[in-house]
Amino acid sequence: MSYSKELMDHYNNPRNVGSMDKADANVGTGVVGAPECGDVMKLQIRVDAEGKIVDAKFKTFGCGSAIASSSLATEWVKGRTMEEALEIKNTEIAKELALPPVKMHCSVLAEEAIRKAIEDLKRKKRVASSQ
Amino acid sequence: MALQLPVYLDHNATTPVDERVFEGMRPFFCSNFGNAASRFYDLAEEARKAVQQARERVAGLLHATSGDEIVWTSGATEADNLALKGVAEAYKEKGKHIITQVTEHKAVLDACKWLKRQGFEITFLPVDGAGLVTAEQVEEAIGGGTILVSIMWANNETGTIQPVREIGEICRRKGVLFHTDATQAVGHIPVDVEGDFIDLLSFSGHKFYGPKGCGGLYIRKRPRVRLSAQLHGGGHERGYRSGTLNVPGIVGVGLAAEIAGREMEGEMERTGRLRDRLQDQILSRLKFVSVNGHVERRLPHVANLSFAYTEGESILLGLAGDGIAASSASACTSESLEPSHVLRGMGVAVELAHCSVRFSLGRWTSEEQIDYVTNCVEKRINRLRELSPLYEMAMEGIDLKSINWTGH
Repeated sequence: MSYSKELMDHYNNPRNVGSMDKADANVGTGVVGAPECGDVMKLQIRVDAEGKIVDAKFKTFGCGSAIASSSLATEWVKGRTMEEALEIKNTEIAKELALPPVKMHCSVLAEEAIRKAIEDLKRKKRVASSQ
Repeated sequence: MALQLPVYLDHNATTPVDERVFEGMRPFFCSNFGNAASRFYDLAEEARKAVQQARERVAGLLHATSGDEIVWTSGATEADNLALKGVAEAYKEKGKHIITQVTEHKAVLDACKWLKRQGFEITFLPVDGAGLVTAEQVEEAIGGGTILVSIMWANNETGTIQPVREIGEICRRKGVLFHTDATQAVGHIPVDVEGDFIDLLSFSGHKFYGPKGCGGLYIRKRPRVRLSAQLHGGGHERGYRSGTLNVPGIVGVGLAAEIAGREMEGEMERTGRLRDRLQDQILSRLKFVSVNGHVERRLPHVANLSFAYTEGESILLGLAGDGIAASSASACTSESLEPSHVLRGMGVAVELAHCSVRFSLGRWTSEEQIDYVTNCVEKRINRLRELSPLYEMAMEGIDLKSINWTGH
């Protein structure tokens, strides 16, 4: 299949590649997928005191569509609150990258990764505030 | 010598038509355009003679007794279907059991599955870690109702070469027909239908520098092999396969066969050396790389490697950006999103099957190209490993099997 310009841009110049400290109280980590499926995404977010996402990082094992979807996800969550980030839909990711129909699941995985990262952060905050 | 780009290392998928073959085919399109089945006038005679010469050339490459044992088809897929369905139908009163193995090409596997639905019994022999079946396995599986054994000569994904002669010997002794899908072997390594006890053999022109859309089925004459035609019509090819012959295509395949036979020894040595160079260089510069398939009993021009922690399609995309063509058996590269049945059949872990890349060299692959590919592979894998959460976890000493993945 031939990929869109946007997708190839993310593949060749992925944004926000890297890792944050999982143990950091302001960092949320979401790991989705499985090696047996050929897709694993790790997406991390860092929030400030107001709960706004100030930084995001990703690492992905998967095809070009998977890499591009997760790279785009990190770009989009930056500057949003956690609630706003939860509004990001996989269909929007797929549209922006012009994902071929057979690759739709990569955008679904990226949306899930965002959700899990936020869930992780919220869980940490709940635990912290109950102590 | 200057580096020639792009670099094509996907010869198992298809090969370019050799210019010599193309020139040989050219007259048969617009000027020497006769139908090989027509009679009396010169154009017809020219076509008939050209087809006959192509038959002899292919028979020569296969060491067949006679050119009449070649039945032209649209390629190996059709030849496989003709062999399996044709024998099943012709011998079903004698028995309904067919033996094959799990890493065959889909043309064989799916034809067998169809036959199973028609009431035939199919044994799919398992293979070992290198993708091999043994002659003993075949012997044990043969029973009173066995009418056909179908085992490929060389695997299209890994290049692994089956013990064809030993299997042929057993089938001959037990009176069971032996078919081999030799698509990846013909033109590349010695194939001898007499010496190796073959009864039926499939081949395809576009795998050895001939045109696409033309191949054939070798059908033994002595002892005679019966076959039910699958395409009915004008009775071409002794009734085995009706349909006007693709004369230019057939001329091309014949020429390609002759050239391949002449150049085979030299090519085996040359591509083997280059393949080993590619593989050795990659293995020495990158860690966590494994070879899929038998390292010795293998086509000289094929290297199927798994690069742990980096997914196949993402590797191919990067290599394509570098002007390099190769292929992969990862799920993401297949329409079905299923990883390769060949690698799975060999017991290769699913996660490594997703990381596989097949490099298949060819007639014009140069040492400069091999060195260029090595550098690009090293660069791409390192870059993808920087992106890989699995690589990160593995370097931290985490056992990936211990993690509770969410899957999807």
